[in-house]
Formats: sequence, C-alpha cells, structure tokens
Amino acid sequence: MTAHTNRNTPPKGGTELHDFGYQDVWLGFRQLVPLSLFVTLFGLAFGLAATQTGLDGAETVMMSALVFAGASQFAALELWGPQVAIVPLTITVFAINARHLLMGASLYPWLRHLPPAKRYGVMLVASDANWALAMQAFARGKPGIGLLLGGGIALWVFWVLGTLLGLYFGKAIQDPVRFGLDMVMGCFLLAMVVGGPKSPRIFIIWTLAASASLLAYRYLPENSHVVVGALAGGALGALWMEQPHDP
Amino acid sequence: MTLETTTIGALAIILIMALVTLATRWGGMFVMSFIPISYRVQQFISAMSGSVLVALLAPLALEGDLGARLALLATAVVMLTVKKPLPAIAAGILVAALVRQLAA
Repeated sequence: MTAHTNRNTPPKGGTELHDFGYQDVWLGFRQLVPLSLFVTLFGLAFGLAATQTGLDGAETVMMSALVFAGASQFAALELWGPQVAIVPLTITVFAINARHLLMGASLYPWLRHLPPAKRYGVMLVASDANWALAMQAFARGKPGIGLLLGGGIALWVFWVLGTLLGLYFGKAIQDPVRFGLDMVMGCFLLAMVVGGPKSPRIFIIWTLAASASLLAYRYLPENSHVVVGALAGGALGALWMEQPHDP
Repeated sequence: MTLETTTIGALAIILIMALVTLATRWGGMFVMSFIPISYRVQQFISAMSGSVLVALLAPLALEGDLGARLALLATAVVMLTVKKPLPAIAAGILVAALVRQLAA
C-alpha cells in the first residue's frame, strides 16, 4: 500500500521518499501556516491559563518552547500548585504524549535511511498535524520528511508566539470553545483521515481501532485510548495482510 | 515525591515534562531500529498509522457535544465532496461555532 513497498526497486531520477531539501521544508511550512494561525489562538489560551494558574511569563513560554505538546501542557496546569507531585505529572504527560511513540515507529521505514542526527532532529518537532501530513504524502508516493520538519517548525513557531501573546492579550479570547476553536485540530486530523487511501480492509481496521479506543476511553485509565485503539488497528493489519502487489 | 514551584522547582518540573515528551518523540523510532522491517511489520505500521488518528477522533465523535459531532460530520462531508482540507476544516469550525452559539 505504501510506496515504501517498492524500496527494492532503484529510485527514479535519484529522488527517494525520505530525501528532503530546503524546498520540501518550506513547502511543509507553508502548508501548515493556515492551521498554525489557529494554533496561535490555542497558544493564546494556554498563555492565559498558565498565567492564571500562577506560572510566570518566562516559565510559561519555556514550557511551550521545550515541551511543545499542547494537551499535556494544559493537563500539567491541572496538576500545578504550590507543590507539584512528580510521579502523577510524569505519568499524565507520558500517557497523553504516548501517541508520539507510535508516530515515530510509523515513520521509521523512511527515517531509517537518514543519518541518526537528522533522524532524531526531525522528530524534535513531530506533532499530530505535521505527522499526519507526512504520512498522507508517503501514502501517495510523495516525499514526506521535509513536510514533517517544515510543518513542525510552523506549528512550533506559532505555538510559542501564541503563548507569548497570551501573556498579554489572553483575555481577548477567554472562551475558545464557544467559537469552535477547540475543533480545529480534530477537524484537520479528520480531513487527513478522510483524504487518505480507503479500502474495505482499511474501513474494518478503523472500525476496530475506533471500538477499542471507545472501550478504553470508558473502562481503562485516562488517556490510554489512543494507544489502545492504534495498537488494536495495527495488530489487525499485521494479522490480516494485504496481498503484496509487487510485480 | 513533590517539587515546590519556586523558580528552580518550576524550571525542574518543566524540564521533566520536556524530557518525558522528548522520550515519546524519540522512543518509537529508537525501538523500531531493533526490529527488522518485514512485510508483516510494514503492514502493522501502515494499519496503525491511520488507526492513531481514528482512535484519537472516536471519543470526540461519539462522546463530544453536539457542536463537536456536527463539526466532524461537516468536515467529513466537505472533504469527501471538495477533497480540499482547508474548506473542510473551515466548515467544521463554522458549524461548531454556530451550533454552540445557538445552544448557548
């Protein structure tokens, strides 16, 4: 299904899917700028929430710059106080961000062709939106690592910028939910799912993933549903393989 | 074990969060470097990558408020017809905002 299946055939015109140059990075950056404008608004909401929780400006911006994972940052604010218990915080941050493990694993077939410094460098900015963009490119047989990096840089820049603005202008947008802004990322990711390749086999895999996710959401510890659903879908895919269609 | 959120303490907490998150960004790729990429592993990865998004969206689609559910529906419909992500996302946000304004 993925273009990677053809890795044994020599590359045409010297371009391989894992290759990337400044142009690819710039393309990825531009492709995610519209989405990043909304990310700025989230950053704004985070900056405001962090200030209200009692973090100072430097701490708030540093968290956005170094952690760069919105959902886990908002969760950390819930656990913030005069004292913070380290173990619950670590577990919460890990559980919310565990999906990155799966993203890294899913990109490995392409990333492994890169030298380690590049490989680990690119993953510094891996996030939902730019990962989805890269995977969609690979699924169409187009190079994706540049999109991952460029899109990630766009998301990072606007996330940090939004956080900074939130310290000063956060009150301008106190209720992002009322304006549907909490749905930006969800709608983007759904657009990536719907725009990707489809087949009866994929629909059945997705149905299992969705069911497993919902069961985990209801009955298993908090924040486990993404990993449970994704592993269930992956396991079915490994058991029920496509016919290899190499000539 | 707790840390006081003094300047140094807060800094330490933020660094811990950053390291844990970095471990998730690097860990999956690191583990995969020990696993031979057979056809079955490729199939696992390709099935899993779509499933990550589906698993992320499923609770939102089924347990979210009316605004969230109709927003996702609008995005899916526009994406299937127009096949461009930006109009699809815009439609979703617009629907969520409208539904929530009317419901409020």
